[in-house]
Amino acid sequence: MPSNKKLHVDKKHHTQINKPAVSRKENSVGLVGTQYFSFAEPPEVLQLQSGLKLGPVTLAYETYGSLNADKSNAVLVCHALSGDAHAAGVHKDDGEAGWWNELIGPGKALDTDIYFILCSNVIGGCKGSTGPSSINPETGKPYALDFPLITIADMVEAERHLVDSFGIEKLLCVIGGSMGGMQVLQWASAYPDRLLAAIPIATALKHSPQQIALNEVIRQSIMADPAWRKGFYYEYGQPEKGLAVARMIGHITFMSDQSMEEKFSRKLKNDNLSFQFTDDFEVEGYLRYRGYNFVKRFDANSYLYITKALDYFDLSGDLFMPQTKKTNIRFLVISFKSDWLYPSYQSQEIVRLLKRKHAYTTYFDLTSTYGHDAFLIEIDDETRLIRNFLANINQ
Amino acid sequence: MKYDHQIISQIISEGSHVLDLGCGNGELLSLLRRERNAQVQGIELNEDQMHKCVEQGLTVLQGDIESGLIDYPDQSFDYVILNQIMQEIKKADFVIQEALRVGQKVIVGFPNFAHIRARLTLFWQGRTPINDALPYYWFETPNIRFLTIQDFIDYCRKKEIKIEQEYFLGKAGRIYSLPNLFALNAVFVLAGKTRV
Repeated sequence: MPSNKKLHVDKKHHTQINKPAVSRKENSVGLVGTQYFSFAEPPEVLQLQSGLKLGPVTLAYETYGSLNADKSNAVLVCHALSGDAHAAGVHKDDGEAGWWNELIGPGKALDTDIYFILCSNVIGGCKGSTGPSSINPETGKPYALDFPLITIADMVEAERHLVDSFGIEKLLCVIGGSMGGMQVLQWASAYPDRLLAAIPIATALKHSPQQIALNEVIRQSIMADPAWRKGFYYEYGQPEKGLAVARMIGHITFMSDQSMEEKFSRKLKNDNLSFQFTDDFEVEGYLRYRGYNFVKRFDANSYLYITKALDYFDLSGDLFMPQTKKTNIRFLVISFKSDWLYPSYQSQEIVRLLKRKHAYTTYFDLTSTYGHDAFLIEIDDETRLIRNFLANINQ
Repeated sequence: MKYDHQIISQIISEGSHVLDLGCGNGELLSLLRRERNAQVQGIELNEDQMHKCVEQGLTVLQGDIESGLIDYPDQSFDYVILNQIMQEIKKADFVIQEALRVGQKVIVGFPNFAHIRARLTLFWQGRTPINDALPYYWFETPNIRFLTIQDFIDYCRKKEIKIEQEYFLGKAGRIYSLPNLFALNAVFVLAGKTRV
Protein backbone atom coordinates (compact mmCIF):
# COMPACT_ATOMS: atom_id res chain seq x y z
CA MET A 1 0.00 0.00 0.00
CA PRO A 2 1.44 3.33 -0.91
CA SER A 3 0.62 5.21 2.22
CA ASN A 4 1.33 8.89 2.44
CA LYS A 5 4.88 9.48 3.30
CA LYS A 6 4.67 12.45 5.55
CA LEU A 7 6.12 15.19 3.59
CA HIS A 8 6.90 18.59 4.67
CA VAL A 9 7.04 21.01 1.84
CA ASP A 10 8.74 24.30 2.09
CA LYS A 11 6.60 26.64 0.02
CA LYS A 12 9.46 28.85 -0.93
CA HIS A 13 11.42 25.91 -2.14
CA HIS A 14 8.56 24.50 -4.06
CA THR A 15 8.21 27.38 -6.47
CA GLN A 16 11.76 26.77 -7.61
CA ILE A 17 11.52 23.19 -8.63
CA ASN A 18 14.59 21.47 -9.86
CA LYS A 19 13.80 20.70 -13.43
CA PRO A 20 14.01 17.03 -14.24
CA ALA A 21 16.99 15.97 -16.28
CA VAL A 22 15.68 16.33 -19.79
CA SER A 23 16.43 13.45 -22.01
CA ARG A 24 15.82 14.20 -25.65
CA LYS A 25 15.51 10.53 -26.38
CA GLU A 26 12.06 9.67 -27.73
CA ASN A 27 10.91 13.20 -26.96
CA SER A 28 10.52 12.28 -23.35
CA VAL A 29 10.71 14.70 -20.48
CA GLY A 30 13.17 12.19 -19.05
CA LEU A 31 13.50 11.18 -15.42
CA VAL A 32 10.99 12.79 -13.13
CA GLY A 33 10.16 12.72 -9.46
CA THR A 34 6.94 13.33 -7.59
CA GLN A 35 6.77 16.32 -5.28
CA TYR A 36 4.42 17.16 -2.46
CA PHE A 37 2.51 20.25 -1.46
CA SER A 38 0.71 20.59 1.85
CA PHE A 39 -1.95 23.10 2.83
CA ALA A 40 -4.91 23.47 5.17
CA GLU A 41 -2.59 23.02 8.13
CA PRO A 42 -4.26 23.97 11.43
CA PRO A 43 -5.89 26.34 12.02
CA GLU A 44 -6.69 26.31 8.32
CA VAL A 45 -8.95 23.64 6.84
CA LEU A 46 -10.20 22.66 3.43
CA GLN A 47 -13.94 23.26 3.44
CA LEU A 48 -15.59 20.40 1.56
CA GLN A 49 -18.77 20.50 -0.50
CA SER A 50 -20.39 18.12 2.01
CA GLY A 51 -19.97 20.73 4.73
CA LEU A 52 -17.26 18.69 6.41
CA LYS A 53 -13.71 19.90 6.79
CA LEU A 54 -10.44 18.26 5.88
CA GLY A 55 -6.93 19.14 6.91
CA PRO A 56 -4.05 19.06 6.63
CA VAL A 57 -4.12 18.15 2.93
CA THR A 58 -1.19 16.93 0.90
CA LEU A 59 -1.14 16.85 -2.88
CA ALA A 60 1.36 14.77 -4.82
CA TYR A 61 2.26 16.52 -8.05
CA GLU A 62 4.71 16.58 -10.91
CA THR A 63 5.72 19.34 -13.27
CA TYR A 64 7.32 19.28 -16.70
CA GLY A 65 8.79 22.17 -18.66
CA SER A 66 9.38 25.55 -17.10
CA LEU A 67 7.10 28.27 -15.92
CA ASN A 68 7.82 31.47 -17.85
CA ALA A 69 8.50 34.80 -16.21
CA ASP A 70 4.93 36.11 -16.35
CA LYS A 71 3.55 32.68 -15.42
CA SER A 72 1.33 32.58 -18.47
CA ASN A 73 2.25 29.19 -19.93
CA ALA A 74 0.86 26.83 -17.30
CA VAL A 75 -1.26 23.87 -18.35
CA LEU A 76 -3.01 21.87 -15.65
CA VAL A 77 -3.47 18.20 -16.49
CA CYS A 78 -6.22 16.36 -14.58
CA HIS A 79 -6.18 12.59 -14.31
CA ALA A 80 -8.91 9.97 -14.55
CA LEU A 81 -10.23 7.54 -11.95
CA SER A 82 -7.13 5.45 -11.34
CA GLY A 83 -4.53 7.93 -12.56
CA ASP A 84 -1.95 9.80 -10.58
CA ALA A 85 0.42 12.76 -10.66
CA HIS A 86 2.88 10.88 -12.85
CA ALA A 87 1.61 11.96 -16.24
CA ALA A 88 4.85 12.05 -18.24
CA GLY A 89 8.45 11.00 -18.34
CA VAL A 90 10.04 8.09 -16.54
CA HIS A 91 9.65 7.96 -12.80
CA LYS A 92 12.99 7.92 -11.05
CA ASP A 93 11.80 5.54 -8.35
CA ASP A 94 10.24 2.74 -10.36
CA GLY A 95 11.06 3.46 -14.00
CA GLU A 96 7.36 3.64 -14.90
CA ALA A 97 6.32 5.80 -17.84
CA GLY A 98 3.71 8.50 -17.19
CA TRP A 99 0.09 7.72 -18.04
CA TRP A 100 -0.04 10.41 -20.75
CA ASN A 101 3.58 10.21 -21.78
CA GLU A 102 2.61 10.06 -25.45
CA LEU A 103 0.94 13.44 -25.20
CA ILE A 104 3.33 15.35 -22.95
CA GLY A 105 6.94 16.10 -23.82
CA PRO A 106 9.19 18.16 -26.06
CA GLY A 107 7.51 18.56 -29.45
CA LYS A 108 4.41 16.68 -28.36
CA ALA A 109 0.83 17.94 -28.09
CA LEU A 110 1.51 19.41 -24.66
CA ASP A 111 4.93 20.66 -25.67
CA THR A 112 7.18 21.00 -22.65
CA ASP A 113 9.44 23.34 -24.66
CA ILE A 114 6.54 25.78 -24.66
CA TYR A 115 4.27 24.95 -21.75
CA PHE A 116 4.69 24.37 -18.06
CA ILE A 117 2.73 21.23 -17.28
CA LEU A 118 1.34 20.60 -13.82
CA CYS A 119 -0.39 17.40 -12.77
CA SER A 120 -1.48 16.40 -9.28
CA ASN A 121 -3.07 13.34 -7.73
CA VAL A 122 -6.67 14.03 -6.66
CA ILE A 123 -7.66 14.17 -3.01
CA GLY A 124 -9.35 10.92 -2.07
CA GLY A 125 -6.71 9.16 -4.15
CA CYS A 126 -3.94 6.89 -2.99
CA LYS A 127 -0.92 8.01 -4.98
CA GLY A 128 0.53 10.45 -2.53
CA SER A 129 -2.38 12.83 -2.05
CA THR A 130 -4.53 12.79 1.06
CA GLY A 131 -7.15 10.05 0.88
CA PRO A 132 -8.75 7.29 2.93
CA SER A 133 -5.45 5.41 3.21
CA SER A 134 -3.67 8.49 4.63
CA ILE A 135 -2.98 8.80 8.33
CA ASN A 136 -5.73 10.60 10.21
CA PRO A 137 -3.88 13.06 12.46
CA GLU A 138 -6.56 12.62 15.12
CA THR A 139 -6.08 8.87 15.51
CA GLY A 140 -2.64 8.20 14.12
CA LYS A 141 -4.23 5.48 11.96
CA PRO A 142 -5.43 5.48 8.34
CA TYR A 143 -8.68 7.38 7.92
CA ALA A 144 -10.45 4.48 6.24
CA LEU A 145 -14.18 5.30 6.22
CA ASP A 146 -13.66 8.20 8.62
CA PHE A 147 -12.40 10.03 5.55
CA PRO A 148 -15.13 12.44 4.40
CA LEU A 149 -16.81 11.91 1.04
CA ILE A 150 -15.19 14.20 -1.48
CA THR A 151 -16.51 15.59 -4.74
CA ILE A 152 -15.02 16.70 -8.03
CA ALA A 153 -15.45 20.28 -6.77
CA ASP A 154 -13.34 19.43 -3.73
CA MET A 155 -10.64 17.95 -5.96
CA VAL A 156 -10.60 21.15 -8.01
CA GLU A 157 -10.51 23.27 -4.86
CA ALA A 158 -7.37 21.40 -3.77
CA GLU A 159 -5.85 21.87 -7.23
CA ARG A 160 -6.62 25.57 -6.99
CA HIS A 161 -4.54 25.76 -3.80
CA LEU A 162 -1.66 24.09 -5.64
CA VAL A 163 -1.97 26.47 -8.61
CA ASP A 164 -2.06 29.43 -6.21
CA SER A 165 1.12 28.21 -4.53
CA PHE A 166 2.93 28.66 -7.84
CA GLY A 167 1.65 32.22 -8.09
CA ILE A 168 -0.20 31.34 -11.29
CA GLU A 169 -3.05 33.80 -11.79
CA LYS A 170 -4.40 32.41 -15.00
CA LEU A 171 -3.89 28.94 -16.40
CA LEU A 172 -3.32 28.79 -20.12
CA CYS A 173 -5.33 25.60 -20.20
CA VAL A 174 -6.92 22.89 -18.07
CA ILE A 175 -7.08 19.52 -19.78
CA GLY A 176 -8.20 16.03 -18.83
CA GLY A 177 -10.09 12.93 -19.95
CA SER A 178 -12.95 11.12 -18.23
CA MET A 179 -12.90 12.18 -14.57
CA GLY A 180 -10.12 14.57 -15.62
CA GLY A 181 -12.62 16.13 -18.03
CA MET A 182 -15.08 16.64 -15.19
CA GLN A 183 -12.41 18.55 -13.33
CA VAL A 184 -11.92 20.69 -16.43
CA LEU A 185 -15.64 21.51 -16.49
CA GLN A 186 -15.57 22.21 -12.77
CA TRP A 187 -12.62 24.57 -13.19
CA ALA A 188 -14.49 26.49 -15.88
CA SER A 189 -17.57 26.67 -13.66
CA ALA A 190 -15.88 27.59 -10.39
CA TYR A 191 -13.02 29.74 -11.70
CA PRO A 192 -14.00 31.02 -15.14
CA ASP A 193 -11.52 33.90 -14.86
CA ARG A 194 -8.59 31.67 -14.12
CA LEU A 195 -8.25 29.78 -17.39
CA LEU A 196 -7.95 30.78 -21.03
CA ALA A 197 -8.68 27.41 -22.55
CA ALA A 198 -10.35 24.18 -21.51
CA ILE A 199 -10.06 20.72 -23.04
CA PRO A 200 -12.59 18.25 -21.61
CA ILE A 201 -12.15 14.84 -23.26
CA ALA A 202 -14.45 11.79 -23.21
CA THR A 203 -16.42 13.15 -20.30
CA ALA A 204 -19.87 14.25 -19.15
CA LEU A 205 -21.67 16.99 -17.25
CA LYS A 206 -23.23 14.33 -15.06
CA HIS A 207 -23.36 10.58 -14.71
CA SER A 208 -26.33 8.87 -16.29
CA PRO A 209 -28.17 6.16 -14.34
CA GLN A 210 -26.24 3.60 -16.37
CA GLN A 211 -22.93 5.10 -15.27
CA ILE A 212 -24.05 5.27 -11.65
CA ALA A 213 -25.27 1.69 -11.88
CA LEU A 214 -21.91 0.46 -13.14
CA ASN A 215 -20.14 2.31 -10.34
CA GLU A 216 -22.52 0.84 -7.79
CA VAL A 217 -21.73 -2.70 -8.99
CA ILE A 218 -18.06 -1.78 -8.73
CA ARG A 219 -18.50 -0.54 -5.16
CA GLN A 220 -20.63 -3.50 -4.14
CA SER A 221 -18.03 -5.95 -5.39
CA ILE A 222 -15.47 -4.32 -3.07
CA MET A 223 -17.83 -4.04 -0.13
CA ALA A 224 -19.08 -7.63 -0.53
CA ASP A 225 -15.57 -8.94 0.05
CA PRO A 226 -15.34 -9.92 3.75
CA ALA A 227 -11.76 -8.69 3.66
CA TRP A 228 -13.09 -5.16 3.17
CA ARG A 229 -14.05 -5.15 6.93
CA LYS A 230 -16.35 -2.14 6.55
CA GLY A 231 -13.39 -0.20 5.25
CA PHE A 232 -11.06 -0.73 8.19
CA TYR A 233 -8.77 -3.28 6.55
CA TYR A 234 -5.47 -1.47 6.63
CA GLU A 235 -3.95 -3.67 9.33
CA TYR A 236 -4.96 -6.80 7.45
CA GLY A 237 -4.38 -6.01 3.80
CA GLN A 238 -6.59 -5.11 0.86
CA PRO A 239 -9.91 -6.75 -0.04
CA GLU A 240 -8.12 -8.21 -3.02
CA LYS A 241 -10.87 -10.27 -4.57
CA GLY A 242 -13.45 -7.53 -4.41
CA LEU A 243 -11.12 -4.87 -5.75
CA ALA A 244 -9.95 -7.14 -8.57
CA VAL A 245 -13.55 -7.79 -9.65
CA ALA A 246 -14.27 -4.06 -9.40
CA ARG A 247 -11.40 -3.33 -11.73
CA MET A 248 -12.42 -6.08 -14.13
CA ILE A 249 -15.82 -4.42 -14.49
CA GLY A 250 -14.03 -1.15 -15.10
CA HIS A 251 -11.87 -2.60 -17.84
CA ILE A 252 -14.88 -3.99 -19.68
CA THR A 253 -16.39 -0.51 -19.76
CA PHE A 254 -13.16 1.07 -21.00
CA MET A 255 -13.06 -1.09 -24.12
CA SER A 256 -15.54 -1.44 -26.98
CA ASP A 257 -17.16 -4.51 -28.47
CA GLN A 258 -14.99 -4.02 -31.52
CA SER A 259 -11.71 -3.47 -29.67
CA MET A 260 -12.34 -6.60 -27.60
CA GLU A 261 -13.06 -8.55 -30.75
CA GLU A 262 -9.81 -7.30 -32.29
CA LYS A 263 -7.77 -7.89 -29.16
CA PHE A 264 -9.14 -11.22 -27.97
CA SER A 265 -11.81 -12.55 -30.26
CA ARG A 266 -12.62 -15.97 -28.78
CA LYS A 267 -8.99 -16.99 -28.62
CA LEU A 268 -8.22 -19.64 -26.02
CA LYS A 269 -5.31 -19.43 -23.61
CA ASN A 270 -4.61 -23.09 -24.18
CA ASP A 271 -5.66 -24.97 -27.25
CA ASN A 272 -8.57 -26.78 -25.70
CA LEU A 273 -11.56 -25.97 -23.58
CA SER A 274 -10.85 -27.14 -20.05
CA PHE A 275 -14.44 -27.93 -19.11
CA GLN A 276 -13.65 -26.36 -15.77
CA PHE A 277 -14.13 -22.88 -14.35
CA THR A 278 -10.68 -21.71 -15.28
CA ASP A 279 -9.85 -18.80 -17.54
CA ASP A 280 -10.19 -20.59 -20.85
CA PHE A 281 -10.52 -17.48 -22.97
CA GLU A 282 -7.83 -14.87 -23.42
CA VAL A 283 -10.26 -12.16 -22.47
CA GLU A 284 -10.78 -13.85 -19.11
CA GLY A 285 -7.05 -14.13 -18.53
CA TYR A 286 -6.63 -10.47 -19.44
CA LEU A 287 -9.30 -9.32 -17.01
CA ARG A 288 -7.90 -11.45 -14.19
CA TYR A 289 -4.40 -10.15 -14.87
CA ARG A 290 -5.60 -6.54 -14.90
CA GLY A 291 -7.70 -7.08 -11.80
CA TYR A 292 -4.99 -8.64 -9.70
CA ASN A 293 -2.36 -6.19 -10.85
CA PHE A 294 -4.60 -3.34 -9.83
CA VAL A 295 -4.79 -4.66 -6.27
CA LYS A 296 -1.05 -4.07 -5.94
CA ARG A 297 -1.25 -0.44 -6.92
CA PHE A 298 -4.60 0.97 -5.83
CA ASP A 299 -6.40 1.34 -2.53
CA ALA A 300 -9.89 -0.20 -2.44
CA ASN A 301 -11.35 2.60 -0.35
CA SER A 302 -9.99 5.20 -2.77
CA TYR A 303 -11.88 3.37 -5.52
CA LEU A 304 -15.07 3.70 -3.47
CA TYR A 305 -14.55 7.37 -2.72
CA ILE A 306 -13.61 8.37 -6.23
CA THR A 307 -16.44 6.47 -7.92
CA LYS A 308 -18.83 8.19 -5.54
CA ALA A 309 -17.36 11.56 -6.47
CA LEU A 310 -17.99 10.70 -10.13
CA ASP A 311 -21.61 9.83 -9.40
CA TYR A 312 -22.24 13.00 -7.39
CA PHE A 313 -20.85 15.23 -10.12
CA ASP A 314 -23.55 17.27 -11.82
CA LEU A 315 -22.95 20.41 -13.84
CA SER A 316 -25.89 19.92 -16.15
CA GLY A 317 -28.17 22.76 -17.19
CA ASP A 318 -27.93 25.91 -15.10
CA LEU A 319 -25.31 24.35 -12.82
CA PHE A 320 -22.69 24.75 -15.57
CA MET A 321 -20.80 28.04 -15.32
CA PRO A 322 -23.62 29.58 -13.24
CA GLN A 323 -21.97 32.98 -12.87
CA THR A 324 -21.11 33.30 -16.53
CA LYS A 325 -23.48 34.59 -19.17
CA LYS A 326 -20.89 34.88 -21.87
CA THR A 327 -17.51 33.20 -21.67
CA ASN A 328 -14.24 33.95 -23.40
CA ILE A 329 -12.74 30.61 -22.44
CA ARG A 330 -11.88 28.69 -25.59
CA PHE A 331 -13.10 25.12 -25.43
CA LEU A 332 -11.88 22.05 -27.24
CA VAL A 333 -14.34 19.23 -26.56
CA ILE A 334 -13.43 15.74 -27.75
CA SER A 335 -15.44 12.53 -27.71
CA PHE A 336 -14.88 9.15 -29.35
CA LYS A 337 -17.46 7.39 -31.45
CA SER A 338 -16.90 3.95 -29.87
CA ASP A 339 -16.92 5.20 -26.27
CA TRP A 340 -20.02 3.71 -24.66
CA LEU A 341 -19.01 4.56 -21.09
CA TYR A 342 -19.01 8.29 -21.84
CA PRO A 343 -21.01 8.34 -25.07
CA SER A 344 -20.62 11.18 -27.55
CA TYR A 345 -24.05 12.58 -26.73
CA GLN A 346 -22.71 13.56 -23.32
CA SER A 347 -19.96 15.65 -24.92
CA GLN A 348 -22.51 17.12 -27.31
CA GLU A 349 -24.50 18.18 -24.27
CA ILE A 350 -21.43 20.13 -23.12
CA VAL A 351 -21.25 21.75 -26.54
CA ARG A 352 -24.92 22.73 -26.33
CA LEU A 353 -24.37 24.48 -23.01
CA LEU A 354 -21.28 26.20 -24.40
CA LYS A 355 -23.31 27.56 -27.29
CA ARG A 356 -25.69 29.07 -24.76
CA LYS A 357 -22.69 30.78 -23.17
CA HIS A 358 -21.67 32.24 -26.55
CA ALA A 359 -18.45 30.24 -26.24
CA TYR A 360 -16.17 29.78 -29.22
CA THR A 361 -15.96 26.01 -29.24
CA THR A 362 -14.13 23.36 -31.15
CA TYR A 363 -15.74 19.96 -30.92
CA PHE A 364 -14.64 16.69 -32.45
CA ASP A 365 -16.34 13.34 -32.27
CA LEU A 366 -13.29 11.33 -33.25
CA THR A 367 -13.44 8.04 -35.05
CA SER A 368 -11.86 5.33 -32.95
CA THR A 369 -12.58 1.72 -32.12
CA TYR A 370 -10.92 1.76 -28.71
CA GLY A 371 -13.93 2.77 -26.64
CA HIS A 372 -13.37 4.95 -23.60
CA ASP A 373 -9.68 4.00 -23.56
CA ALA A 374 -9.31 5.98 -26.80
CA PHE A 375 -8.46 9.16 -24.93
CA LEU A 376 -5.29 7.43 -23.75
CA ILE A 377 -4.63 5.65 -27.05
CA GLU A 378 -5.74 7.77 -30.01
CA ILE A 379 -2.72 9.99 -29.61
CA ASP A 380 -2.26 11.03 -33.25
CA ASP A 381 -5.66 12.68 -33.63
CA GLU A 382 -5.49 14.19 -30.17
CA THR A 383 -2.00 15.52 -30.78
CA ARG A 384 -3.06 17.13 -34.03
CA LEU A 385 -6.05 18.80 -32.40
CA ILE A 386 -4.55 19.86 -29.12
CA ARG A 387 -1.36 21.26 -30.62
CA ASN A 388 -3.18 23.36 -33.21
CA PHE A 389 -5.79 24.44 -30.71
CA LEU A 390 -3.31 25.56 -28.06
CA ALA A 391 -1.12 27.31 -30.61
CA ASN A 392 -4.02 29.70 -31.22
CA ILE A 393 -4.78 30.54 -27.63
CA ASN A 394 -3.61 34.07 -27.01
CA GLN A 395 -1.37 34.05 -24.02
CA MET B 1 -9.69 33.36 -54.16
CA LYS B 2 -13.28 32.45 -54.85
CA TYR B 3 -15.27 35.40 -56.06
CA ASP B 4 -18.16 34.85 -53.65
CA HIS B 5 -15.66 34.74 -50.76
CA GLN B 6 -14.24 38.05 -51.90
CA ILE B 7 -17.71 39.57 -51.92
CA ILE B 8 -18.56 38.21 -48.48
CA SER B 9 -15.31 39.54 -47.11
CA GLN B 10 -16.27 42.99 -48.38
CA ILE B 11 -19.68 42.77 -46.75
CA ILE B 12 -18.40 41.87 -43.30
CA SER B 13 -17.32 44.73 -41.09
CA GLU B 14 -14.06 44.81 -39.15
CA GLY B 15 -13.86 42.74 -35.96
CA SER B 16 -17.24 41.07 -36.42
CA HIS B 17 -18.35 37.87 -34.73
CA VAL B 18 -19.08 35.42 -37.51
CA LEU B 19 -20.59 31.96 -37.64
CA ASP B 20 -20.21 29.94 -40.82
CA LEU B 21 -22.66 27.07 -41.07
CA GLY B 22 -21.14 24.29 -43.17
CA CYS B 23 -17.74 25.95 -43.17
CA GLY B 24 -15.98 23.17 -45.11
CA ASN B 25 -12.20 23.44 -44.99
CA GLY B 26 -12.37 26.87 -43.39
CA GLU B 27 -11.22 28.80 -46.47
CA LEU B 28 -13.81 31.55 -46.02
CA LEU B 29 -13.39 31.84 -42.25
CA SER B 30 -9.62 32.09 -42.62
CA LEU B 31 -10.09 34.88 -45.10
CA LEU B 32 -12.49 36.73 -42.80
CA ARG B 33 -10.14 36.40 -39.87
CA ARG B 34 -7.19 37.63 -41.92
CA GLU B 35 -8.90 40.42 -43.88
CA ARG B 36 -11.56 41.48 -41.40
CA ASN B 37 -10.04 40.49 -38.09
CA ALA B 38 -13.25 38.59 -37.47
CA GLN B 39 -13.89 36.28 -34.54
CA VAL B 40 -14.98 33.12 -36.25
CA GLN B 41 -16.88 29.97 -35.41
CA GLY B 42 -17.45 27.21 -37.94
CA ILE B 43 -19.84 24.28 -37.90
CA GLU B 44 -19.00 21.31 -40.10
CA LEU B 45 -19.78 17.62 -40.21
CA ASN B 46 -16.84 16.22 -42.18
CA GLU B 47 -13.94 15.21 -39.95
CA ASP B 48 -11.22 15.70 -42.57
CA GLN B 49 -12.48 19.17 -43.40
CA MET B 50 -12.61 19.97 -39.70
CA HIS B 51 -9.00 18.98 -39.19
CA LYS B 52 -8.10 21.42 -41.97
CA CYS B 53 -9.94 24.13 -40.06
CA VAL B 54 -8.13 23.41 -36.81
CA GLU B 55 -4.80 23.40 -38.62
CA GLN B 56 -5.52 26.98 -39.63
CA GLY B 57 -6.32 27.78 -36.04
CA LEU B 58 -10.05 28.08 -36.63
CA THR B 59 -12.71 27.28 -34.09
CA VAL B 60 -14.94 24.62 -35.54
CA LEU B 61 -17.42 22.26 -34.07
CA GLN B 62 -18.70 19.02 -35.42
CA GLY B 63 -22.41 19.25 -35.97
CA ASP B 64 -24.98 19.04 -38.70
CA ILE B 65 -26.32 22.10 -40.39
CA GLU B 66 -29.95 21.54 -39.51
CA SER B 67 -29.47 21.42 -35.74
CA GLY B 68 -26.25 23.43 -35.50
CA LEU B 69 -27.81 26.75 -34.53
CA ILE B 70 -30.49 25.60 -32.12
CA ASP B 71 -28.73 26.26 -28.82
CA TYR B 72 -27.23 29.64 -29.65
CA PRO B 73 -29.01 32.53 -27.94
CA ASP B 74 -30.70 35.21 -30.07
CA GLN B 75 -28.31 37.61 -31.81
CA SER B 76 -25.20 35.68 -30.76
CA PHE B 77 -23.27 36.66 -33.87
CA ASP B 78 -22.96 39.74 -36.03
CA TYR B 79 -23.19 37.54 -39.11
CA VAL B 80 -24.36 34.03 -39.75
CA ILE B 81 -23.15 32.76 -43.11
CA LEU B 82 -25.05 30.16 -45.12
CA ASN B 83 -22.83 29.98 -48.15
CA GLN B 84 -23.27 27.26 -50.75
CA ILE B 85 -25.29 25.07 -48.44
CA MET B 86 -28.86 26.08 -49.29
CA GLN B 87 -28.95 23.53 -52.07
CA GLU B 88 -27.74 20.78 -49.72
CA ILE B 89 -30.00 21.10 -46.72
CA LYS B 90 -33.33 19.48 -46.10
CA LYS B 91 -35.03 21.99 -43.81
CA ALA B 92 -33.97 25.14 -45.62
CA ASP B 93 -36.70 27.37 -44.22
CA PHE B 94 -36.01 26.25 -40.66
CA VAL B 95 -32.27 26.86 -41.02
CA ILE B 96 -32.79 30.34 -42.49
CA GLN B 97 -35.21 31.25 -39.69
CA GLU B 98 -32.72 29.98 -37.11
CA ALA B 99 -29.94 31.97 -38.76
CA LEU B 100 -32.10 35.10 -38.67
CA ARG B 101 -32.60 34.56 -34.96
CA VAL B 102 -28.94 33.88 -34.12
CA GLY B 103 -27.38 36.49 -36.43
CA GLN B 104 -27.78 40.25 -36.55
CA LYS B 105 -27.40 39.72 -40.26
CA VAL B 106 -27.47 36.61 -42.38
CA ILE B 107 -25.48 36.10 -45.55
CA VAL B 108 -26.91 33.56 -47.96
CA GLY B 109 -24.97 32.49 -51.04
CA PHE B 110 -26.10 29.90 -53.57
CA PRO B 111 -25.73 28.88 -57.20
CA ASN B 112 -28.48 30.12 -59.51
CA PHE B 113 -30.20 27.28 -61.24
CA ALA B 114 -31.89 29.65 -63.68
CA HIS B 115 -28.67 30.81 -65.31
CA ILE B 116 -29.11 30.99 -69.06
CA ARG B 117 -26.72 28.15 -69.80
CA ALA B 118 -28.49 25.94 -67.32
CA ARG B 119 -31.78 26.81 -68.96
CA LEU B 120 -30.41 26.07 -72.38
CA THR B 121 -28.93 22.75 -71.31
CA LEU B 122 -32.21 21.71 -69.87
CA PHE B 123 -34.23 23.04 -72.80
CA TRP B 124 -32.10 22.01 -75.77
CA GLN B 125 -30.28 18.97 -74.46
CA GLY B 126 -32.83 17.80 -71.94
CA ARG B 127 -30.03 17.24 -69.46
CA THR B 128 -29.42 18.39 -65.93
CA PRO B 129 -27.16 21.44 -66.18
CA ILE B 130 -23.50 21.18 -65.25
CA ASN B 131 -21.51 24.40 -64.97
CA ASP B 132 -18.99 26.16 -62.72
CA ALA B 133 -21.55 26.83 -60.03
CA LEU B 134 -23.26 23.45 -60.38
CA PRO B 135 -20.34 21.18 -61.22
CA TYR B 136 -21.81 17.75 -60.43
CA TYR B 137 -23.49 14.92 -62.26
CA TRP B 138 -26.88 13.99 -60.85
CA PHE B 139 -25.53 10.74 -59.37
CA GLU B 140 -22.75 12.33 -57.36
CA THR B 141 -24.14 15.72 -56.47
CA PRO B 142 -24.54 16.71 -52.81
CA ASN B 143 -27.33 19.04 -53.94
CA ILE B 144 -30.77 17.92 -52.98
CA ARG B 145 -32.62 20.97 -54.22
CA PHE B 146 -32.23 23.56 -56.94
CA LEU B 147 -33.21 27.13 -56.43
CA THR B 148 -33.05 30.29 -58.46
CA ILE B 149 -32.49 33.90 -57.59
CA GLN B 150 -36.16 34.60 -58.27
CA ASP B 151 -37.18 31.69 -56.02
CA PHE B 152 -35.18 33.15 -53.18
CA ILE B 153 -36.54 36.66 -53.62
CA ASP B 154 -40.08 35.23 -53.67
CA TYR B 155 -39.33 33.31 -50.49
CA CYS B 156 -38.06 36.41 -48.69
CA ARG B 157 -41.11 38.35 -49.75
CA LYS B 158 -43.45 35.63 -48.55
CA LYS B 159 -41.68 35.27 -45.20
CA GLU B 160 -41.31 39.05 -44.79
CA ILE B 161 -37.56 38.79 -44.62
CA LYS B 162 -35.78 42.05 -45.37
CA ILE B 163 -33.09 41.81 -48.01
CA GLU B 164 -30.51 44.49 -47.19
CA GLN B 165 -28.06 43.88 -49.97
CA GLU B 166 -27.84 41.61 -53.00
CA TYR B 167 -24.89 40.66 -55.16
CA PHE B 168 -25.20 38.74 -58.41
CA LEU B 169 -22.03 37.13 -59.61
CA GLY B 170 -20.83 35.98 -62.99
CA LYS B 171 -17.60 34.14 -63.55
CA ALA B 172 -15.37 37.03 -62.59
CA GLY B 173 -17.52 40.05 -61.97
CA ARG B 174 -20.86 41.29 -60.82
CA ILE B 175 -23.98 41.05 -62.95
CA TYR B 176 -26.29 44.04 -62.90
CA SER B 177 -28.99 43.28 -65.41
CA LEU B 178 -31.33 40.31 -65.54
CA PRO B 179 -29.50 38.51 -62.76
CA ASN B 180 -31.81 35.51 -62.75
CA LEU B 181 -30.75 34.88 -66.32
CA PHE B 182 -27.08 35.81 -66.21
CA ALA B 183 -25.77 35.30 -62.66
CA LEU B 184 -24.08 32.04 -61.72
CA ASN B 185 -24.15 32.79 -58.02
CA ALA B 186 -26.05 35.09 -55.72
CA VAL B 187 -25.15 36.50 -52.33
CA PHE B 188 -27.89 38.06 -50.22
CA VAL B 189 -27.54 39.95 -46.96
CA LEU B 190 -30.65 39.56 -44.81
CA ALA B 191 -31.62 41.55 -41.75
CA GLY B 192 -31.84 39.37 -38.66
CA LYS B 193 -35.00 39.10 -36.64
CA THR B 194 -35.21 40.01 -33.01
CA ARG B 195 -37.58 37.74 -31.22
CA VAL B 196 -40.51 39.67 -29.82
